[in-house]
Amino acid sequence: MSTRPWQETGEAIALPILALSGGLLLFGVFVWFGGHDPIEVWKLLFVGAFGDSFSWQNTLQRSAPLMLTALCVALPARAGLTIIGGEGALVLGGLAAAGLPYLMPLPANAFGTLLLLLAAAAAGALWIALAGALRQFRGVNETISSLLLGYIAIALFKHFVEGPMRDPASLNKPSTLPIAEGLRIGGMAGYDVHWGLAWGVVLCLVAAVWLGWTTHGFATRVVGGNARAARLVGLPSHQLIITACALGGAAAGLAGGIEVAAVHTSANASLIAGLGYAGILVSFVARHQPLAIIPVAILFGGFGAAGSLLQRRMGLPDASVQVLLGFSFVLILASEALRGRLFNFGLVPKRPALPAAGQPKAA
Amino acid sequence: MEGHAVFDVLLAVLGGAIRVGTPFLFVSLGECLTEKSGRINLGLEGVLVFSAMAGFGGAYLTGSPWLGVLLAGFSGALLGLLHGLVCSLQRVNDIAMGIALMLLGLGLAFYLGKPLIQPQAPQIPSIPLGWWSGSQQVQAALGINALFPLGVLLALAMGWAFANTRWGLLVRMVGDSSDAARALGTSVSGVRIAATAAGGFIAGLGGASLSLYYPGSWNEQLSSGQGLIAVALVIFARWSPLRCLGAALLFGGAGALGPALQSVGVSGYYYLFNAVPYVLTLAILIWTCSPKRSLKGAPMELGVSR
Repeated sequence: MSTRPWQETGEAIALPILALSGGLLLFGVFVWFGGHDPIEVWKLLFVGAFGDSFSWQNTLQRSAPLMLTALCVALPARAGLTIIGGEGALVLGGLAAAGLPYLMPLPANAFGTLLLLLAAAAAGALWIALAGALRQFRGVNETISSLLLGYIAIALFKHFVEGPMRDPASLNKPSTLPIAEGLRIGGMAGYDVHWGLAWGVVLCLVAAVWLGWTTHGFATRVVGGNARAARLVGLPSHQLIITACALGGAAAGLAGGIEVAAVHTSANASLIAGLGYAGILVSFVARHQPLAIIPVAILFGGFGAAGSLLQRRMGLPDASVQVLLGFSFVLILASEALRGRLFNFGLVPKRPALPAAGQPKAA
Repeated sequence: MEGHAVFDVLLAVLGGAIRVGTPFLFVSLGECLTEKSGRINLGLEGVLVFSAMAGFGGAYLTGSPWLGVLLAGFSGALLGLLHGLVCSLQRVNDIAMGIALMLLGLGLAFYLGKPLIQPQAPQIPSIPLGWWSGSQQVQAALGINALFPLGVLLALAMGWAFANTRWGLLVRMVGDSSDAARALGTSVSGVRIAATAAGGFIAGLGGASLSLYYPGSWNEQLSSGQGLIAVALVIFARWSPLRCLGAALLFGGAGALGPALQSVGVSGYYYLFNAVPYVLTLAILIWTCSPKRSLKGAPMELGVSR
């Protein structure tokens, strides 16, 4: 490929923005058919997501778990695996965080919280590492096995929350025993945004450093980019791939633990909200780049935050944000087809680019 | 008394297998057709719920359940067509697109379906296969969805067509070797788009079964993930339409086992029973795969079978 670096960077930024504008435009036409004023809708979307400090806090709060579940897709993808079971790792992480106090007494301070989060991360890591191990040792496709493991995780979650771990006081909405006051995660420095955001941002940064500046991360990318070359130079593929899966799973498990410790205060069905699936899309839009995940997650967190405002002010159904996200994601994914052509008007067409890291490998 | 309880449970599971399994049957047949052409559609959950809404709306507005079924099929085909078209573009990942389609289908269904939550729509008639029995229970268990026999016929027809017709062979060729298809001058994208749209139509019929027969209304909790399972069902059935029928009944029966046991006093393992099909599918995958060979019977071009 003879593309100049500025072209690649320019495209990586311009394509999603163009596609997103297309999604907003399409959404405007869609609500216009329903008799709403599209300009008012666009304005409210912006105000609801980024208009004032309240909406910013709401936006950031929603983006925290998305960053972590996106890492669950991005890290294995850089090692060459397409994992879509983040939802399962997330609910198991939440279950582990809510379940740890059942097993052992915890100090009601930051150290206790750390133990909760470690339990959450370990549960998620085990679950996704299992998908990676099945792939490496038995040749089971990791996309399918992680999807199946996700359903099994959700069934386990419901079984424990509504059965053995149920708090008898939770009548209408089965939940586990609430987490002790001292173990909960609070807001950062007087803001409503809880510390989960810091976890998300820091882990994305750490992941970027790991992939870009460490030997281990480089080896992982080699395995993901060219498995045969990795074998030829004697890289331990099994170990690297399963580690990448475990790290991704740990991030998603942590997301579940944080949601439980900061938002829901106990494990219950509210945790199963599709955050794992949304993370898949965030990671694909960010092209599995941990640094790009941060702004993408904030943007889509912002759309989620704007949803309630659209509902209150314009009487739009609560699903309108989902429609907007659907349009945007379809267009962003479709815009991949323009890669390598956007700034290349009338030049000789190049041969297709190498498949991106996350795409299923051609045998 | 014991024997009576066992009979009750068996009967409830059989009736439930057909009742719960009908949407499973249609989504798995739709996914089977799509995957046979070498493409995966993970977004059938969105297709299913969107077409359930469209089918309900169609039946409510026209007063005819069968027009609703038809509308459900066509709205499923529309989303399938979108998936097929976008995935035909260069470098578009079909797994990510499937998730996006799921989001879009669910969003559109919930948005457009808001006014349909209250009203009642005419239902698909049930076929009373339990007419010979005086027992109310037997009659209730064997009154089956009129779409179910249609699905059985479709499974038979698809199994026959894949082996014996020009169209069936074309789909399989595109799914097994796009190079061979190109060498013969077949448009690989064209066949895949057609197969994905047709698969969407079939899955749409499953949506109609949800909103027009069982549970038989429109609300946002209508599907309990039947569309998401389609991919697992097809693997379980090893890409054979006839085995899809068996798989759909088995998955439906497993779903009905929990409530049936609950009604005779065994409770507490409801969700674990629901998870049995997934564990089985995973066990089959682990059993049949090895690092040296991929799944037997899987279309060679399918990204996930390598």
